[in-house]
Amino acid sequence: MSSTTTAAYDDHGHGPEKGLLRWVKTTNHKDIGTLYMWFAFSMLLIGGALAMGIRAELLQPGLQLFEPQFYNQLTTMHGLIMVFGAIMPAFVGLANWLIPMMVGAPDMALPRMNNWSFWILPFAGAILLSTFFMEGGAPAFGWTFYAPLSTTFAPDSTDFFIFAVHLLGFSSIMGAINIIATVLNMKAPEMRLMDMPLFVWTWLITSFLLIGAMPVLAGAVTMMLTDRNFGTAFFDATGGGDPVMFQHIFWFFGHPEVYIMILPAFGIISHIIPTFARKPLFGYSSMVYATASIAFLSYIVWAHHMFLTGMPVAGELYFMYATMLIAVPTGVKVFNWVATMWKGSMSFETPMLWALAFVFLFTIGGFSGLMLGIAPADIQYHDTYFVVAHFHYVLVTGALWGIIAAVFYWLPKWTGKMYNEPLAKFHFWWALISVNVTFFPQHFLGLAGMPRRIPDYSLQFADFNFISSIGAFSFGLSFLLLTYIVVNCIRNGKPADARPWASAKGLEWTLATPIAYHTFDEPPTRAEILAESQHS
Amino acid sequence: MKLLFKLTGAFTALLSSKSVLAEYTLNMTKGVTDISNDIWGLHMMVFWVCVAIGVVVFGAMFYSIIAHRKSKGAKAAHFHESTTVEFLWTGIPILILIAMAIPASKTLIDIEVLDKADMTIKVTGMQWKWQYDYPEEQISFVSNLAQSSRDVIKGTPEEREAVHKEGGYLREVDKRLVVPVDTTIRFLITSNDVIHNWWVPAFGLKQDANPGFINDAWAKPNEIGTYRGQCAELCGKDHGFMPIVVDVVSKADYAAWVQLQQEEKVAEMESATQVWTEADLVARGEVVYNANCSGCHQKDGKGIPGVFPAMVGSEVTNGPAAYQLNLVINGMGGMPAFKMLSDSDLASVITYERRSFGNNGSVVQPSDVTSAR
Repeated sequence: MSSTTTAAYDDHGHGPEKGLLRWVKTTNHKDIGTLYMWFAFSMLLIGGALAMGIRAELLQPGLQLFEPQFYNQLTTMHGLIMVFGAIMPAFVGLANWLIPMMVGAPDMALPRMNNWSFWILPFAGAILLSTFFMEGGAPAFGWTFYAPLSTTFAPDSTDFFIFAVHLLGFSSIMGAINIIATVLNMKAPEMRLMDMPLFVWTWLITSFLLIGAMPVLAGAVTMMLTDRNFGTAFFDATGGGDPVMFQHIFWFFGHPEVYIMILPAFGIISHIIPTFARKPLFGYSSMVYATASIAFLSYIVWAHHMFLTGMPVAGELYFMYATMLIAVPTGVKVFNWVATMWKGSMSFETPMLWALAFVFLFTIGGFSGLMLGIAPADIQYHDTYFVVAHFHYVLVTGALWGIIAAVFYWLPKWTGKMYNEPLAKFHFWWALISVNVTFFPQHFLGLAGMPRRIPDYSLQFADFNFISSIGAFSFGLSFLLLTYIVVNCIRNGKPADARPWASAKGLEWTLATPIAYHTFDEPPTRAEILAESQHS
Repeated sequence: MKLLFKLTGAFTALLSSKSVLAEYTLNMTKGVTDISNDIWGLHMMVFWVCVAIGVVVFGAMFYSIIAHRKSKGAKAAHFHESTTVEFLWTGIPILILIAMAIPASKTLIDIEVLDKADMTIKVTGMQWKWQYDYPEEQISFVSNLAQSSRDVIKGTPEEREAVHKEGGYLREVDKRLVVPVDTTIRFLITSNDVIHNWWVPAFGLKQDANPGFINDAWAKPNEIGTYRGQCAELCGKDHGFMPIVVDVVSKADYAAWVQLQQEEKVAEMESATQVWTEADLVARGEVVYNANCSGCHQKDGKGIPGVFPAMVGSEVTNGPAAYQLNLVINGMGGMPAFKMLSDSDLASVITYERRSFGNNGSVVQPSDVTSAR
């Protein structure tokens, strides 16, 4: 292939730099992708450890381990770290590794900015985590940080939280600009938009969501900052402000954010299912249009998080209808995946297991989402464990499942080595069972009337909380095995083929394994692009 | 399925050997207002629609997984496009959604539109209790988590079970809201500090309490009984400890209750004109403190550094009484106003704070509170 042949007479010495400084100074998309993935994984473990604390306190009624104030810090930081530290950086990491290879580009369009957008993250994460050690403790107002609990009534560490959110926002916006520039300017000249693989499409659309949503979040925290420190009253009724306005601004960011965390996973699943069904992706163009529709709708449904704030009935009706509409393009995606499997020749290697579980469990999260969208019914669901179950089904068995599926699918290409397949399958079933034991009973708790974000509960909720906690401990433990599988693959894995999945298509599989530091010095030809298309 | 739940229940009981109450429910329960039953009906309808869609989609998926597998020699087809089916599975869901939206809209309008109420109750959320005002009947009181629950939060499982049998662990209050049956009640819901949410599941009523704004909601309970709920919006440290208990009583019982409240009010006002001994003030103050103040400033008066100031050795509790009176009555920053407490209660609690915890402030009499208001 072009990359390997040119490497033979390339005398610029463009290998990776030696030593640790390589990782600080790197502008290489593969290095930066690796950095993002390890950062996201370590944040996942930290956020997971906080979740273990939450479930340990909820194992039994009564307060055994933590004071209520610290419990609120745990739930708040768990949410913030998982959303901003684990899921989002993991997807950016995947984008860094994969998008240039998928569009036949040598690197990202803006490599120095790429370095910067990664290296902001560890500092933002450290600032956020350091609040645990400050007087008054970490933020304790939930990851949605509703004013005035997050302004007048918040600990001093909130200003550090605001700064951390600003930094995370910079990083995300720069990452998004870089991806848009890469996809639109750096894709192989012979590649048309409707030739692009779905991971590229979903990330392109996600980038526009990020650019639209993150500045709104920055605005919200800036208003919080001035309310807290400079005497403004954006969210304080006594000064003419409105605490409900905070929720409008937050969810104008927050709802697109939900799709930022799931659209790239949709892309990943659309790569894996055709490979292991040995059949082209069904309805490629409808997949692209559905993704774009979801992105558009995500901007106009935000107040369905706010049905109980006292909105006028016309507003509630509108937001209910708009929300229900999202079920249509989301349904189209699920139907297309099932149609891709239909009359295929399926095999069930680890990435496929994760992808199938994604389709099943994400759809369950979609069903509870539809129920939540029905405004009158939301009166009984709102802020209960039914909501907790819903968003963990879409974010854990949705977003995280997509990321893990991607890791197993592309790990042989990244590392040049094969992971231990039987062990990985065992890990899959372990995680699958324990995640359902954790989150499925939470539906029952919510319907029985248990509110979320409480450190102690009435005794009729005891049984399902006990089961959920046991499931959570087991699910948490499964990540140690995942760590072992990945590290073992990197250190002791058997060499992998350039195309480890016989039926996989995509430009990334045309590259030699182990993968060169620089690839696609020459762009692929139209014939190569069409030969590697998953949808024709 | 039932057997499975029995098994897991038994397993749970075996492991914990503490939570043998087996009170759990799997589904939303019907309530005691028409609205709550409409909501229950919508919930069940959407649930069964989801089940039906799930059977079709997952059925196709699992059939494919079983029948179209490589290990059984399945050969892959090559079809990958069909405008017809794309139209079908865009159009059919839209029709299903419209069918769901019609009853949902009807119920929503019923919930939001109220022509005429028989009575009004104002509900004010504050960290971490509820204040109930009956403006026409001139009744006002604060409803706190019952001391019996508070005492066993860090107690043994057996103690919690004993409290639970008496009404509900964390679901009992020191003074319940009382309303008449078959009466349309308008609730005006607001907050003194952060956002709370007043939720009584059996009424199908859940509404945010926003500081500085008033939301309204209504309920017409049609069955006598006791109905429990709790705050449903994260409102700080003790969000999990602000229950709501409503007694729906007959109209005659309600009238008697109103009478009793008004008599008690007169007696309370009488007491505020007396001069109290320090011992009486401190004794009553301790009760008021534990119900209203210990959530933040802690039972031992040490507060939480960086969040809630300590009573012990504080400049406020040892300084001039006028400053503390103003602070407690009108609030300041994160400290809420306590003007809803009676003069006797305020004098008692302020004296308790100034004379206990090793403090050496002056005694405050109910008459001092009256003039400070």
